[in-house]
Amino acid sequence: MAKITAGVTTSHVPAIAAAIDLKKQEQPYWQPIFKGYEFSKKWMAEHKPDVVILIYNDHASAFDATIFPTFAIGCADEFLPADEGWGRRPVPKLKGHPDLACHIAQHMILNEFDMTVVNSMDVDHGLTVPMNLLFGDLGPDEEWPCRVIPFPINVVQYPPPTGKRCYDMGNALRKAIEAYPEDLKVVVFGTGGMSHQLQGTRAGLINKEWDTKFLNGLTADPKALTRIPHSEYVRETGSEGIEMVMWLAMRGALNEDVTETYRFYHVPCSNTALGHIILENK
Amino acid sequence: MADPKLSKYLDEFEDIPGTLIFNTYRSRQGFNLNQFCMSLMKEENRKAFRANEAEYLKQWNLTDAQRDAVLNRDWTGMMREGGNIYFLAKLFSTDGHSFQHVAAIMTGSTQEEYAKMMLEGGRNPKGNRSKSNPSL
Ligand SMILES: [Fe+2]
Repeated sequence: MAKITAGVTTSHVPAIAAAIDLKKQEQPYWQPIFKGYEFSKKWMAEHKPDVVILIYNDHASAFDATIFPTFAIGCADEFLPADEGWGRRPVPKLKGHPDLACHIAQHMILNEFDMTVVNSMDVDHGLTVPMNLLFGDLGPDEEWPCRVIPFPINVVQYPPPTGKRCYDMGNALRKAIEAYPEDLKVVVFGTGGMSHQLQGTRAGLINKEWDTKFLNGLTADPKALTRIPHSEYVRETGSEGIEMVMWLAMRGALNEDVTETYRFYHVPCSNTALGHIILENK
Repeated sequence: MADPKLSKYLDEFEDIPGTLIFNTYRSRQGFNLNQFCMSLMKEENRKAFRANEAEYLKQWNLTDAQRDAVLNRDWTGMMREGGNIYFLAKLFSTDGHSFQHVAAIMTGSTQEEYAKMMLEGGRNPKGNRSKSNPSL
């Protein structure tokens, strides 16, 4: 049986992609950010998942303005890094796990979570930055050490799903994974966040106090976080802070009782408060 | 006729200062503008756009306000006309700019001032939470 062993959340700031691609990791601005993931890379190398389910949002890359799927799952054999306006990122292509992805999609739909099945898509910084941060800065001719199933949630067009819906979706995802007969070790990522606003006169908003409460709650009392309305995310953490509902999707896929293995919080990363946590199922 | 529950949901965002929420109505308003931005994900389109911006824009059926905002790189104007920041990112990436570059412009500060504010911990939420209650 397939099994979820751990969950990882991390911000997926596009400037991190640029810093990696332009080899700025040792510059004073970037050095503390990459240092914050040194433990995580070691942990991941020892943890060795077979499959990563990577919950993120598409930033108008795979989906244009014609369609905004609320919950989608990538069922393709492989996924290329998207051209977001400056060419495709020089990272390895991502190998999917179509059999597991198709199983999850069907299981979830029959369990009343109506997934959008995506048979061909490019993946943007929302997916490739977390891969870099946890698996290292691999070049296009190398290979990621595991399979990846992209799991985009709409947070671009309002309303996005509620935090509670995301958490419940995580529950349904877990049931689907546990019903898969092959023995597979699965790690679920929930990415985006934390405080950030990229637009308007309020751009640059950072709310460390609120972010810290959210990090604490994510480990200890995620159900309380599912009651936070969208307006609170936007008011307190900025218009793009809403991405944190995707962390609740990850959390819903874990046990209620988890061990917080690692936490990292850093301001600033471009316009963003960068947050990262590793939770292991007890 | 507006549904009161939905109106309340949408109105709560309108009370947040300096913030435009890209809801389904704005998505309708900005559809052509956002689709133009998406076209810049292809190098051949970026080339054609750079060669003659006004000519390239003709095929996208933009409103006059949308077209002028694009040509003037008026980011706030593009947002007001239904643009969404992740779509507009294709345009500023084509120009070789970052999210931080454009964020600084939208706040009316210089790149240096904005970068300094971020290094000092970012914009404080105090006083930036509510139009109706600026003391929050
Ligand atoms: Fe994002």
